[in-house]
Amino acid sequence: MAKHHVETTINGEPVEYLCETSQTLLDVLRDELGLTGSKEGCASGDCGACSVTIDGRLVCSCLVMGVEASGHKIETIEGMADGENLHPLQQKFLEQAALQCGICTPGVLVAAKSLLERNPDPTETEVRYWLAGNLCRCTGYDKIIRTVMDVAAEMRSS
Amino acid sequence: MAGGSTTTVGHSYPRMEGRAKVTGRAEYIYNMRLPSMLHAKVHRSPISHGRILSIDTSEASAMPGVHHVITGEDVKKVLPEPYYGPAFHDQPILALDKVRHFGEPVAVVLATDPHIAETAAQRIVVDYEELPAVFDEVEALTSDVIVHEELKPAGTFADLKHLAGKRDTNIALDYHLQHGDADKAFADAEHVFEHTFRTQQTMHTPFEPMVALADVRNDHATVYSSTQGPSFVRFELARLLGWPESNVRIKTAHLGGGFGAKVYVKVEALAMALSLIAHRPVRVALTMEEQFYTITKHPSTFRIQSAVDKDGKVIGRKCEVWWNGGAYADIGPRVTQKSGFTAAGPYDIDNVAIDSYALYTNRPPAGALRGFGIPQLVWAYESHTDIIARELGIDPIAFRKQNILRNGRPQAVGTIVKDGEFEAVLDGVAERMNWNRPFDKGSGTKLRGRGVGLGFKASISPTTSSAIVSVNADGSCIVYCSTVDMGQGSDTAMAQIASEVLDIPIEKIRVVNPDTDVTPYDMSTLGSRSTFHMGHAVRLAAGDARDKLHAMAEEVGMPEGSNAPLPELFIRKFGMRAGAIVGSANYIPEFSPPNYDTGQSTNATPFWMIGATGAEVEVDTETGQLTILRLVNVCDIGTPINPIVVETQISGAAVMQLGFTLTENMVIENGQLTNPSLADYKIPGFFDMPDTMENGYIDAVQENGPFGAKGAGESGTFGVSPAIANAIDDAVGVRISEMPITAEAVFRALREKQGKPLEEN
Ligand code: FES
Ligand code: FES
Repeated sequence: MAKHHVETTINGEPVEYLCETSQTLLDVLRDELGLTGSKEGCASGDCGACSVTIDGRLVCSCLVMGVEASGHKIETIEGMADGENLHPLQQKFLEQAALQCGICTPGVLVAAKSLLERNPDPTETEVRYWLAGNLCRCTGYDKIIRTVMDVAAEMRSS
Repeated sequence: MAGGSTTTVGHSYPRMEGRAKVTGRAEYIYNMRLPSMLHAKVHRSPISHGRILSIDTSEASAMPGVHHVITGEDVKKVLPEPYYGPAFHDQPILALDKVRHFGEPVAVVLATDPHIAETAAQRIVVDYEELPAVFDEVEALTSDVIVHEELKPAGTFADLKHLAGKRDTNIALDYHLQHGDADKAFADAEHVFEHTFRTQQTMHTPFEPMVALADVRNDHATVYSSTQGPSFVRFELARLLGWPESNVRIKTAHLGGGFGAKVYVKVEALAMALSLIAHRPVRVALTMEEQFYTITKHPSTFRIQSAVDKDGKVIGRKCEVWWNGGAYADIGPRVTQKSGFTAAGPYDIDNVAIDSYALYTNRPPAGALRGFGIPQLVWAYESHTDIIARELGIDPIAFRKQNILRNGRPQAVGTIVKDGEFEAVLDGVAERMNWNRPFDKGSGTKLRGRGVGLGFKASISPTTSSAIVSVNADGSCIVYCSTVDMGQGSDTAMAQIASEVLDIPIEKIRVVNPDTDVTPYDMSTLGSRSTFHMGHAVRLAAGDARDKLHAMAEEVGMPEGSNAPLPELFIRKFGMRAGAIVGSANYIPEFSPPNYDTGQSTNATPFWMIGATGAEVEVDTETGQLTILRLVNVCDIGTPINPIVVETQISGAAVMQLGFTLTENMVIENGQLTNPSLADYKIPGFFDMPDTMENGYIDAVQENGPFGAKGAGESGTFGVSPAIANAIDDAVGVRISEMPITAEAVFRALREKQGKPLEEN
């Protein structure tokens, strides 16, 4: 079967690719475009390690087909830092050891950024609620929650 | 060597690879692809026990894009003895003649496109004669169902030799310990208590599933694997191939979690065999689902009895533990001894008898999982200890302190305890929980309670770590060691140690990813052994390099105290910026092997890991719903090398055990695993976290540890399960003796207590 030709925007840059009907957006990002920052924990929509945004909407890229990206704006972990300058969330995750193996981390960061863009002053319950689709097997979540709260406070005051 | 003033060790550092991880650029084997590589997809057994009558691969082979369809018989043609395993050579690379558990690999499709491989794998047709299966460890003791007709110990271990050729038993390994005279203690006792506790089968779920890429050419095999033990994988693949170890190269990158799932051989032997047959590189990448068929945590049954005198002193304890090892041994049978000897708990008990058995069943294999059997034991002995305290009307903490093991006293294995701060850890929990203040027990249908659990573990011994430290001519430094950083932060800890010894800033130190052609031997990254063992090896190797640098300084007329920068020293010696100074070291701690009959050893472990948890819970008596209001975890980890990373280790360990306690359960119905996915097998998420959680460690020094440190990766798991069960008992007066502690289990127990038991399903 012929492949599909897709034109889209990823992290602000125009991108075109060919993909099979059966390929997910996560397959395309990782296997066709070499953007391996988004992780495949489960490939079934349960872990959130593959989280990206499409036109600002947070999704699991393993549940989106590659062809569906056509004409939309995709943001992945690779677009989060501004060159050498880490996003405040990235910086604080690092400083406060809110990560271990790092597989969930890109998805958690993308999701947390998306939360703070919508709600710069979340309660702890709101942080837990928003991140509930992202699982982490290593950290025990405690530091993730505290770090997101700290970054929110920091970003509000700056 | 312990404590003192250090400049790098003991200070918090962000993990070295952290920047790569937060930007999505860290290297993982899962990301890797090789030129002209084929993707493998495994066809797995749909039954738990049966004879393979025929395998029809014709339809799968005929699919366009399929390169090979490979069965166990094909593997046998290139590897005549295709069985592997660290303790027993019982596991075939692909099933031969029989399948012994649901999900066992039976055949493989190789294709250039993974989706084609997957579709073709479903078109393989296997005809089985189904056999009766046994799933329960206690039934397996006496069952007519025999999982392995004959035991096949690996032969490298003296203590397994007697098992060779043993037939018609499901007992893979048994272990017995005698300390004092338990029978006499029970005869003399004022009170005798007996309880039985059980745990369920669970799985590690590392978020980077197991993956290996093999490239076998002529007489050389390279395998890229997300393994925790590259040295062992090299050893085992070389044995299977009949090649020298120098012809087998195992490389790793950062691991996306391990927790024991990735120790010993997992998918590496299969990937190697497939590449050998296909003459091309092959990638075997498991899905999250497939990991459930690969390695799990032992279900267990533990009957524990205590003899207590009139003053509340425990004078005797008898422990019988049955470990459900599943269909293949992996390292599982080793829990009988390595963990078994602590089965009587962290108490000073003069008379102890322990009998511990590893059983084969038709479940997926069980091996190492964060604690290696200890959490199952603590669940039982700390629930049991709590029941005794309550029945004797003694405060649970006071009762524990009355009986607690102290430094200078022999543990049941006969080893005198040193640097084991049991009481301080327990006090640390009690203080944080304000144990001596009144506690709000709730009212109406929402009742509250609190409980504690204290556990401990010996380090696996004796094991060896080797390290090389190379100082470059510009004054930077490279550490070569085979410790695998799977998220625990070992790279950073090793860099801190090298930095401390050599006085080179940590920014100038690089720790190489394990590669058996480059990094020297290490037993494995498991059992919280790396900080201690590899920490020592790196410390000694760095010291060796430092001594050589001092000698070189002397030689070129820049003796100690001249404070010449390193680059200048190299220029003086080599005439230009050239050369390297290389230090190396092997480290193995002292050890005395246990007596086979009594299990006694004067030196069973180089250090003790200790962890305690306190829990405050609220039970909804109308539904059995449980809320964890507070979870306090305190450990004795000696003096931490990198405090901030250690805190995350403790919270991660505790929350993992919280999942095993409350929700995680591999459910087998009609011989089938019904829930092998993160949707149906529920690990903790952000909403399952306790309302508040505190993680800490006590001030302590492990005198024989590197800079006072010891292992910290597992201690946070120990006390969680019994602390919660004890808190439930405190809240509503019911005792849960089987994990997981679901709302249904609590509700059933409440109804039972009211004399209105619910019907069984
Ligand atoms: S990989 Fe997409 S949710 Fe797990
Ligand atoms: S850091 Fe490993 S899964 Fe979150």
